[in-house]
Amino acid sequence: MEVKINVRRYSPESTSNVPHTQEYLLEMDDSSTVLDGLIKIREEIDGTLSLRCSCRSAICGSCAMRMNGEAGLACNTKIIDVMPHDGTPILVEPAGNLPVIKDLIVDFEPFWSKVKNVEPWLQPEGEEPETEYLAPDEDMLHLAGVVSCILCGACVSDCTVLEVDNNFLGPAALAKSYRFIGDPRDDADSKRLQNLNEYGGVWDCTRCMKCVEVCPKGVDPMGRIMSLRERVMEAGHTKTNGARHANAFSESVKHSGWLDELRLPIKSFGIFNIKAMIGLIPIAVRSQIAGKRPPIFHKSIPNAKNIRKLFEKIEGKK
Amino acid sequence: MTYAFYPGCVSRGACPELYASTIEICNILNISLNEDVLKGASCTGAGVLQEKNQRLGDTLNARTFAMAEQAGLPLMTICSTCQGVMAQANDRLKSDPDYLESVNNDLKEEGLEYRGTIEPKHLLWIITEDVGVDQLKTKLTRTLNGMRLAPFYGCYIVRPSSVLGLKENPERQRALEQIIEAVGGEVVDFPGKTLCCGFPILTTNQENSVNMVANHTIDAKDRGADAMVTPCPLCHLNLDGYQPNASSSRKRSIDLPIIHLPQLIGLALGISPEKMRLNKHIVSTKKLLSEMALTP
Repeated sequence: MEVKINVRRYSPESTSNVPHTQEYLLEMDDSSTVLDGLIKIREEIDGTLSLRCSCRSAICGSCAMRMNGEAGLACNTKIIDVMPHDGTPILVEPAGNLPVIKDLIVDFEPFWSKVKNVEPWLQPEGEEPETEYLAPDEDMLHLAGVVSCILCGACVSDCTVLEVDNNFLGPAALAKSYRFIGDPRDDADSKRLQNLNEYGGVWDCTRCMKCVEVCPKGVDPMGRIMSLRERVMEAGHTKTNGARHANAFSESVKHSGWLDELRLPIKSFGIFNIKAMIGLIPIAVRSQIAGKRPPIFHKSIPNAKNIRKLFEKIEGKK
Repeated sequence: MTYAFYPGCVSRGACPELYASTIEICNILNISLNEDVLKGASCTGAGVLQEKNQRLGDTLNARTFAMAEQAGLPLMTICSTCQGVMAQANDRLKSDPDYLESVNNDLKEEGLEYRGTIEPKHLLWIITEDVGVDQLKTKLTRTLNGMRLAPFYGCYIVRPSSVLGLKENPERQRALEQIIEAVGGEVVDFPGKTLCCGFPILTTNQENSVNMVANHTIDAKDRGADAMVTPCPLCHLNLDGYQPNASSSRKRSIDLPIIHLPQLIGLALGISPEKMRLNKHIVSTKKLLSEMALTP
């Protein structure tokens, strides 16, 4: 089949080193992958095209890039699955949120430095066992998905928070952190959770699920971040806006069955946080003028006591 | 067709205009809403409660599903976040019979049991799939010719695609565009349409949240949009309510009205802007409506 691929090109050595797209026309099989197409371009049409690839089998994680705006591995993405029906070319771009070195090659240094930040190694305490550190199978099962991470960077490429804030640890490093916090042989939870509770940690995730969607290995980074939030709160870090927000939300549903939107932001910031309270004034005034202020008297839903009972029953089980 | 109507918290709180416009358009489109069935239904947890206790969130949603099931009615949502959170809970409940059984054990006391037959459905999909775009067109009394509209899906109605039936119903990925075209508008496409609006981090990192608002609204505006249309009241709250902050942080005017999906449809159905509370927005819709020779 005839395939049109538009590749985002950038060369720092070129005299006109502005990013631009270049169109290539190829003859490919129905079973070909995007990576097959790119290799064909490099070998037969244009030897100046730069890209990373190694195993071609979705194991090494080197060929993560954006195809039609969404990150994935070029080696396990079939051309036929991303070819637009209207005849427009497939757009291939380097992974996002990382600096471009040349064409489809990005600099992974910021990625690695964040992974290193979470100290991705086992930190057991006590005397070293004579043989290996043992862990019961059932305690390791929940890590089966997260140890499948091949560090390809697809989740980082499409993370909506990293788009606006480089300081965020990001989905890959946080999922890696979960891998050790959730490991029964590790004894550094307290230090790790303290680190994740800081600015740029678990509370900065928007829960947009982009990382879940683009991960080629089913690691579910956002699910891990949510589990980490739970653990951060259980470890006693409850004085952040994130923890206060989750607690206030839960309390509101528990006692009235639904959300008290008026009091939620106040409780999330903390009523004695004068600066934050002053910061809420403009939106409060705007909402009042526009008639969008939530009701002052928050009425419970009918039979709210049944909700409260469920909370007590299920929270008690935990 | 009759639906068990789940209005969600926001349409009864900070977005009364969403509730009002939904009722108005459903009347005309013969979508009959039963509000009594789910009167005692709780909040979905919005993903926030799930951070603390997912099992609890799933039980609350199973409870809501059981109420609709008992009444023999399909369930309609008007909030993408409710839609997404319900779909995720439903997926976990349906795919694990032991889990469903233990959740049902907790619901027994109230005489409720969820058998797994509910598929929560957003108004957006009800219009494109159950009513049909062709049927919608027959009811239009006014065409919004020339109105350039940027669709904004947000996250929860598109991800995770596996639990939202996007594979089985690929047209759901263009549902907003279908409606914009049906009412005579012109689609202004932009890459941010399925990204995060920033609402969930408003209390934890307002700077990032406002930056997201700025990126999306400015991109849509610069591509020529007259307004943005969204099926999610939380996206609306952030994109509308914090647009003044985005505007001052980028030191430029944005002035992009953020319209709820039923408000857009309502305009084309001839419903008056006042009835749909189009005057109840933070970014004024006045200019937009006057260009259409309507007054808010």
